[in-house]
Amino acid sequence: MTLELLSGSVAITRAALTAGCRFFAGYPMSPFTGLLEAMSREIGPAGGTCINAESEIEGVNMTLGAAAAGVRAATGSCGQGIALMQETIAEGALNETPFVVFNMARNQQDYFQCTRGGGWGDYRTLTLAPKDIHEAVEHTQLLFHLSDLYRAPTILYGDPLLAQTLVGVDVQPLDLGALPAKDWALDGSMSGTGKSRQIWTWAMGKATDPGLGPDGHWRQIAEKFDRIGELEQRHEAIDVEGAETVVVAFGSAAKFAEHAIADLQEEGHRIGLFRPITLWPFPGAALAEATRTARRVLVFELNAGQMLDDVRQWVHDRDTVRFVGGVSIGESGLDFGPMLDVPVIKQRILAGIGEPELMRS
Amino acid sequence: MTTRTHLDLVDTTRPPEAPSKQAAAAHPSLILGEHSLCPGCGEPVALRLLLETLQELDIVQRSIGVVGHGCYGSFVRIMDIDVLQCLHGRAPSCATGLKRVLPDSVVFTMQGDGDMVNEGLQEILHTAARGENVTCILLNNGVFGDTGGQQTSTTVLGQRTKTSLEGRDAETHGYPIPISDLVASLQGVGYVARGAVSTPGGVAQTKRMIRRAFESQLAGEGLSLVEILTMCPTGWFVPAAEGPGYQSESMETVYGIGELVSRGKE
Repeated sequence: MTLELLSGSVAITRAALTAGCRFFAGYPMSPFTGLLEAMSREIGPAGGTCINAESEIEGVNMTLGAAAAGVRAATGSCGQGIALMQETIAEGALNETPFVVFNMARNQQDYFQCTRGGGWGDYRTLTLAPKDIHEAVEHTQLLFHLSDLYRAPTILYGDPLLAQTLVGVDVQPLDLGALPAKDWALDGSMSGTGKSRQIWTWAMGKATDPGLGPDGHWRQIAEKFDRIGELEQRHEAIDVEGAETVVVAFGSAAKFAEHAIADLQEEGHRIGLFRPITLWPFPGAALAEATRTARRVLVFELNAGQMLDDVRQWVHDRDTVRFVGGVSIGESGLDFGPMLDVPVIKQRILAGIGEPELMRS
Repeated sequence: MTTRTHLDLVDTTRPPEAPSKQAAAAHPSLILGEHSLCPGCGEPVALRLLLETLQELDIVQRSIGVVGHGCYGSFVRIMDIDVLQCLHGRAPSCATGLKRVLPDSVVFTMQGDGDMVNEGLQEILHTAARGENVTCILLNNGVFGDTGGQQTSTTVLGQRTKTSLEGRDAETHGYPIPISDLVASLQGVGYVARGAVSTPGGVAQTKRMIRRAFESQLAGEGLSLVEILTMCPTGWFVPAAEGPGYQSESMETVYGIGELVSRGKE
């Protein structure tokens, strides 16, 4: 294994190219920008195309167009840029066009945006939240796979650390199994045969071959997302067995919390970590199991309490839930603030254990 | 009874069949069924010209349509073409993605004025400036037909709509956008023309424009745009039979008919 020192953005780009991504369109926005720059450098030699789109709306629609041709395609942005893309992400979910959205977020305030979405209709977006760049390299490949498997847009929840940190990486292709042929993809070859293809959210079909129509099609989509919700929950549980305290955290915050928890264990605390890897579908059943015996469940996330909703929905006992996270933004507004620090997290966990009246719950 | 052979004789026992009926019977095989639009609508005429052109150029089996939102959206059901039905205004961006990954395909958009000039103005301008090798077909009737006749960005001054009941006046509603002229001013375009289907001559001329636009795409000259002025008597609140005349007196006096850019001829 040869490690190469790469920024997260470049590592994720390499992982996307390894997964066969051959179209990318994006609009600069920090900290997503590095990924767009890396794509524009590296996708050409790999035989693909990168467009510096004139807006996020155009970028995501170009991506949908390329994906409609059956090519592995992706876009990305963060925060408000993802907000602009929501209509098209929903459209991709409803017309079943698979593509990957790299949300290289500025902090953890995009949780609702990724898990609830802002587009129209009964759709969901499968979202993976890696805790570090090595995992992001795997998740990137997995997202292209799952996107194709379920014919739906998927999201990588990145952040400034995942985008900008330099680490030694070895990007290896993952064998994720076979996928069905993309016989739905448009290439013009069926035009004029009487069996021309359609990609159409309303699924009305043709005069000679009517489709399911909105009612039937949208029911089918809803059932598909129910299925994904059942099948694709992923999580990591560390020392939750018999723990008095279970901390719930995702992404980089979970990685930091892991260190704080190791310290606390050395100091004699019976404490564990539950990390949702898929933000949607939220690993609810696993969380319920992991918190069955816990006296307190502390939610640490760098926002005002978004994942908190999901934890409250699934935890074994709602009364055990306390929120120990909060909004914490760096001076630039583009990065995490001082709360993402092991001693600070440790202190907040201790406060959550000992002095619940100080914390919001 | 004596059998006679009448060669080269005109049958005068009944009235001659109208050429329009013969033309209507000979529809291109790419049309799978009847359209569902209003009597007097110009959009089915434009659809037919488009499909005939694809057949004449023998590019049907590499053609992909990207259709926006408007009355013409129902054509997705009756055109035997691979179609991506996309969000309102976004067709040029979706077409960009398709064409970039399938450079040997022939990609066209079908959009209305509400779709292209209102909701998707930045898409068409950016796609043109990027010189994408796609053909955009604009069906411009100056109103939102699908929602029942409201003002669009191409509604001409004086025209009554449900949101400009006294007629569009510049002080209240601003001025119409001559989209083809805007697009023609950009580098990156191979062919830009404006036609009208209000007269038989206009129909023939428009078909030649559509053909030139696709030839331009095939020659890799950049974006091609054919703006087709189409009748919408329902949205204009005139009887169906008066649609063509109304169009000639209103939109066609504001938007000049003809080729604006033809790089192939340079």
